[in-house]
Amino acid sequence: MQIVFEKPKALSDTPTHYCPGCTHGIIHRLVAEVLDELDITGETIGIAPVGCAVIHFNYFECDVAQAAHGRAPAVATGLKRVNPDNIVFSYQGDGDLAAIGTNETIHAAARGENITVIFVNNAIYGMTGGQMAPTTLPGQITQTSPYGRDTKTAGFPLRMCELLATLDGTAYAERVAVDSVKNVLKAKKAIKKAFQYQIDGKGFSIVEILSSCPTNWGLEPVKALEWLRQNMIPYYPLGVFKDKEVSR
Amino acid sequence: MSQTVEIMIAGFGGQGVLFAGKILAYAALMAGKEVSWLPSYGPEMRGGTANISVIISDTPIGSPIVDNPGVFVAMNQPSLEKFEEEVQPGGLIILDSSLIQLKVKRHDLQACYIPATKLAEDNNLKGLANMIILGRIARETGLFDLDTLYLAASKSIPERKKDLLAFNKKAIEIGYNY
Amino acid sequence: MADKVLMKGNEAIAEAAIMAGCRHFFGYPITPQTEISAYMAKRMPKIGGTFLQAESELAAINMVYGAAAAGARTMTSSSSPGIALKSEGLSFLAACDLPSVIVNIQRGGPGLGGIRPSQSDYFHATRSTGHGDFHMIVLAPNTVQEMFDLTLEAFDLADKYRMPAMILGDGMLGQVMEPVDISRGNNIKTYVKDWALTGTKGLRKRNVVNSLYLSAEELELLNFQRFDKYKEVEKIARTEDYLLEDAEVVVVAYGICARIAKNAIDTARKNGIKAGLIRPVTLWPYPKHQLKAAAEKAKAFVVVEMSMGQMIEDVELSIRCSRPVLLCNRTGGMVPTREAVLESIEKAALLKGEQNADSI
Repeated sequence: MQIVFEKPKALSDTPTHYCPGCTHGIIHRLVAEVLDELDITGETIGIAPVGCAVIHFNYFECDVAQAAHGRAPAVATGLKRVNPDNIVFSYQGDGDLAAIGTNETIHAAARGENITVIFVNNAIYGMTGGQMAPTTLPGQITQTSPYGRDTKTAGFPLRMCELLATLDGTAYAERVAVDSVKNVLKAKKAIKKAFQYQIDGKGFSIVEILSSCPTNWGLEPVKALEWLRQNMIPYYPLGVFKDKEVSR
Repeated sequence: MSQTVEIMIAGFGGQGVLFAGKILAYAALMAGKEVSWLPSYGPEMRGGTANISVIISDTPIGSPIVDNPGVFVAMNQPSLEKFEEEVQPGGLIILDSSLIQLKVKRHDLQACYIPATKLAEDNNLKGLANMIILGRIARETGLFDLDTLYLAASKSIPERKKDLLAFNKKAIEIGYNY
Repeated sequence: MADKVLMKGNEAIAEAAIMAGCRHFFGYPITPQTEISAYMAKRMPKIGGTFLQAESELAAINMVYGAAAAGARTMTSSSSPGIALKSEGLSFLAACDLPSVIVNIQRGGPGLGGIRPSQSDYFHATRSTGHGDFHMIVLAPNTVQEMFDLTLEAFDLADKYRMPAMILGDGMLGQVMEPVDISRGNNIKTYVKDWALTGTKGLRKRNVVNSLYLSAEELELLNFQRFDKYKEVEKIARTEDYLLEDAEVVVVAYGICARIAKNAIDTARKNGIKAGLIRPVTLWPYPKHQLKAAAEKAKAFVVVEMSMGQMIEDVELSIRCSRPVLLCNRTGGMVPTREAVLESIEKAALLKGEQNADSI
């Protein structure tokens, strides 16, 4: 019998703990496919964040360091500086990367740290049960914005790709979404490019992936993807915000 | 009989008291003695008073803090006013008489007046009053001979300033032979 | 003597780290430890190492975490308020059994405090370094030579026991310059780190550095196991004793205070008081057995420290409060004088083993 579809080798056999309909599974698979295709799993070190992906070390077949909340880019810096030939990627959510770890994110980018950041933006704190995130949309209801995010008191969401694109150290910043087959394919292309940039020593690369959280959004998986399309993409436009090769 | 000399040099920041202390410390090291060099540090490094405590001993040094110096060098008037009373009875005060108009009030110790700043200017050695003082300290205390001081000075002066070594040596000699 | 070099305490730490094989230093400027960063910034590029001035103390300690996870000898240094910020990372380093060296050149506190020397982070270093059940090895040098020697030792102990080790100095030890024999730095032992994250190369199972355990049973077991290891580490507890043999008044002091105490003890002996010194070289593990043994002969204890009285608790615990313990302390950046220590020794000599020091 011919095998026509199989799990990427960079993923383990451990079933994931993610909620039904969560897009972390898709994103894990895309990263793993890229590791397989570039044949770099044996050289790669992943950083697990604090957030829903905190135990991603159970799923990826590469070496993994779990990091304190928000500190993944600093931990990645330490690892990469010791062994520059290793491929180092962090996998972080919006609270981790854009709230408690904003400083580490911005400065790793500013240094042009030769690492890759996979930034999963689902506009909510998932693991702690659905609180307002730095990327929660204006008016969006969460456990800690029960009347909808009021920009008068809670301010405005951060557009991280746009922000990081202004830094000279950022080699590549692209925002993608995993709401449709077409966008999933685009997301994989972006992830592969980000890793390739690291292999080529070009500097800091980040792929922001608009993702859904059916459980904490209180929506069925398909409805959640529709909500993403209708609400998140207009606020967080998809596209390449920085590409060192193109802007030169 | 083991000997311990507790030296304090005080002046304005920029007069080179820390550096003079450093050469003393190097000289002590080369003479095979135990030594500690402790600067007063902090905001007063910038323009305020600066002082350096150097302890030179034949035996391991306890506290590197000098509360009551046996040898006290004042390179400005406020330092003399601040520390004169703290000097050990029977001790030695050396002061730059071109910058300090006061005389040492105490009679239970030895006072040495040397117009170090003026001597430096007269000999085209502006800014090297500290080295003239250093030469005087060595002579008054009998701690080191000129050769040891020269060697210590060449150790202390960074590579990129080696062309200044000859001036430093000359200043040390002037103080030593004053 | 000829092979000794004059160095500031901070520089001695930096040079020792380099000789111990540390090639990855992550720092953030703060007085009075900045010479360490400056030294590293100058030397590291010339020997193929990394000096990185981090964006914060938090980032610096987490870079140390990354470098340690990669198996490298790595170090960060700071002073009191900065060390407090590193607490998060220190807990993670201990939880993941990552060898690393942390330097605290203490200054006065609390808050921003001052920039003068202090020992008021004793509790932080030995008890409350960060959240959770863990310890660091804490070494307390009292000379520039020891700043050098104990830094070498800290790297060795950290690797040997797979745990963070701290050099607990103070602003004065950091700034003082004394002759140092650096030849000991030429004999460095290395350790195999098969747990390090270096990439599987397809030859082994993945290595994971992690401190999250959602099973309480598993986490409890790991904590028990780590504390079993600590029992082993407790054997390295050591002191330097001075005139202790017949001492009736035992002064306990570490770091710079121990040197001041030595001067005071010399004077006390001249005045006919049998005084002696126990200087803990390791603050964790604390040399409690040495203290307990001394209590059998001593009539009273004097603790000299630059804090409101922190190590005094370990002294009282070690001797089970069996002797009066007097505190001779200054704080906020002030340093006890020899005279003040002498007065405390004289006061203690009058106690003659009375249980309660508060009654005098």
